[in-house]
Amino acid sequence: MRSRRVLITGLSTYWGGRLARALEADPQVEAIVGVDNEEPGVELERTEYVKVGNQHGLLRRVVEAAEIDTVVDTRLVVDSAVTAPRLAHENNVIGTMNILAACGEGGPVKKFVFKSSTHFYGANQDDPAFFDETMGRPHPPRTAIERDILEAEASVAEFADRNPEVAVSVLRFANVLGPDVDTSHIDFLGLPMVPMILGFDPRYQFVHEDDVVHALEHVTQNDLPGVFNVAADGVLALSEVASLLGKRYAPILPPWGTGLAATAVRRLGVKIPAEMLAQLRFGRGVDNRRLKAAGFEYGYTSREAVVALGEHMRLHPLLRGDPEPYRYEREVEEFLRWSPNVRNARPRAQVGASPGLSAPPVDHYDDLTAEEIISLLSSLERTDLEALRDYEAAHGGRHDVIGAIESLLARSATAG
Amino acid sequence: MPESARTPLSPRERREEGLGSAGAVPAVRPDDLRRHLPALEPDRTLTDWGRSERIEGAMDKTLVDFFYRYWFRAEVEGIENVPSTGGALLVSNHAGALPPDATMIAKAIREEHPHPRPLNITVEHFFKGYPGFSMLLPKIGAVAAHPANVHRLLYDEQQLVLVFPEGRKGTEKLYKDRYRLRRFGRGGFVEAAMRARVPIVPVSVVGAEEAAPVFAQMGLLQRLTGLLYVPLTPTFPHLGPLGMLGYLPAKFKLRFLEPIHFDEPDMHTDSGLVQTVAQDVRARIQESLFDMLATRRSVWFG
Repeated sequence: MRSRRVLITGLSTYWGGRLARALEADPQVEAIVGVDNEEPGVELERTEYVKVGNQHGLLRRVVEAAEIDTVVDTRLVVDSAVTAPRLAHENNVIGTMNILAACGEGGPVKKFVFKSSTHFYGANQDDPAFFDETMGRPHPPRTAIERDILEAEASVAEFADRNPEVAVSVLRFANVLGPDVDTSHIDFLGLPMVPMILGFDPRYQFVHEDDVVHALEHVTQNDLPGVFNVAADGVLALSEVASLLGKRYAPILPPWGTGLAATAVRRLGVKIPAEMLAQLRFGRGVDNRRLKAAGFEYGYTSREAVVALGEHMRLHPLLRGDPEPYRYEREVEEFLRWSPNVRNARPRAQVGASPGLSAPPVDHYDDLTAEEIISLLSSLERTDLEALRDYEAAHGGRHDVIGAIESLLARSATAG
Repeated sequence: MPESARTPLSPRERREEGLGSAGAVPAVRPDDLRRHLPALEPDRTLTDWGRSERIEGAMDKTLVDFFYRYWFRAEVEGIENVPSTGGALLVSNHAGALPPDATMIAKAIREEHPHPRPLNITVEHFFKGYPGFSMLLPKIGAVAAHPANVHRLLYDEQQLVLVFPEGRKGTEKLYKDRYRLRRFGRGGFVEAAMRARVPIVPVSVVGAEEAAPVFAQMGLLQRLTGLLYVPLTPTFPHLGPLGMLGYLPAKFKLRFLEPIHFDEPDMHTDSGLVQTVAQDVRARIQESLFDMLATRRSVWFG
């Protein structure tokens, strides 16, 4: 079944917003509804935002009124450093139960996509080197976030059992890297030196933020019930990650009493959540072949994701000043969507002057050298690239920059 | 240490222990995903298992080479029984404090085989949790003896894997019990080979018992250090940690025996057959050991 009417939970999270944007570009998807407690953080064209929390009664009404056929649940909190434990539990366990309650029992929903995490497997001494989707954890979880994830997945499994007419896909994502997303691991790798536990060099597998969105899109657009690991090819040792980032590693955490030392390091402002300590000791690798067999192609390997992050970290200080953050204004969004006075079907294209002479999609573009621009290009969307090409042609006209943009555009065209 | 600390090699035992495996969401995997294995990245210095050619090469050219050529003066028979292509499970006897036998088998394949291939040496999960070992062992080709690891290496990656079915019972045994094989686990290694449909190559090694004889096990020190076992050897512990490397210059002889092939599918489900084959492999290695010992005239000169 192809999804036509999609409901995204957690629209204000990074993933909800990115997925909504990706689905907006798909003409086959006729309706996108996003729900969340908070307002979306990205500018959206045709996604409708409804301010609903986890109240399943309200959700059910939205689902039935809009005849939603696919629910994509992107809310799961997998990082205990960004959310307080109680809020995380409320969101992960109670929230999942409520959303599932709104989807089952003969409703219009035919597909449920759940974003989970490879924290499901934990990190233990007697782990296999590559977890596949059929394996459970060798020991019960010891951290709150891992317990939450197991509980949430258990309720999803139970839901799948009771509602055989709904195709349930569970995606377990490895640690995400990317320039825009914010995780404890990215902060950790951003430190001047990469702290390690003395005598351990754990294996790490990552997934690039773009691949996360593409994977969610892939299971939404295809019929793929079941569990899938989503992790890029290649398992790196942490020392290898450090050298790819051009950093030294510092074995400053002692092998015994690591928890105590971590508490001290946390006082210094370094985010080392409990679930990360196990990974720093034992590492984790997963088998990603099942999703590949289902037709998904990764854009990045683990190594490439780390290299891309490294480039971003080096450039970040050069890109002075934050761009004006997007703020959701209900009146404006409603006007743009529903007012009979809006003439242009794609109102956002109106912003700025005629295309080609509009502001470049990169801040302080004119201050950057050609080299800096070229290293930035890979992180840009296709439309931004086109805008940038036109801008460069009209202003600087540097051949190397235009050539690099053209080749990227050509590559993305062949990739589909 | 209790028996439960042993590493089972059969996948069945593991699966049942697993907690929270997705019950109702179907997670059936199509069996052959080999063509979806990740491609090699030429810029990387480590494999996905954490193996480092650089560190391994450096060890091989110095320490291992010295021991293999000059200290143990290793002699190899039947190297042609190790297949040049495809997966194979090497099964060997195991002995000595900080046993040198695994390294010598790997070195023998690298030196004497017409198509030298890397050998993956299975080790206890314990080493992944012990600082230092955890960092170094994967770099030189050690892999935790998890059934899923063995299956992936043998079936998916078609590599050579070495197992010691005696496990700790082999390395803990004292000098007076030398060359008498301990129990061969629960036959998990046979099951692994049958499931991956690769041959078993039995290997018998003479010399390791005399190179690093164990006179006693020191329970108190073992508990204090948290190590698997702390043996009393001619040089350890009174010469410090490096005393573990103080091997006596015994003559090493390695014999690779005729491979045993498993050509029918689903042989691993027949537990009777698995036990029979495990007994057979054990008997072949024991017989070969006695044969080698009978013709040996000197422990030091062979």
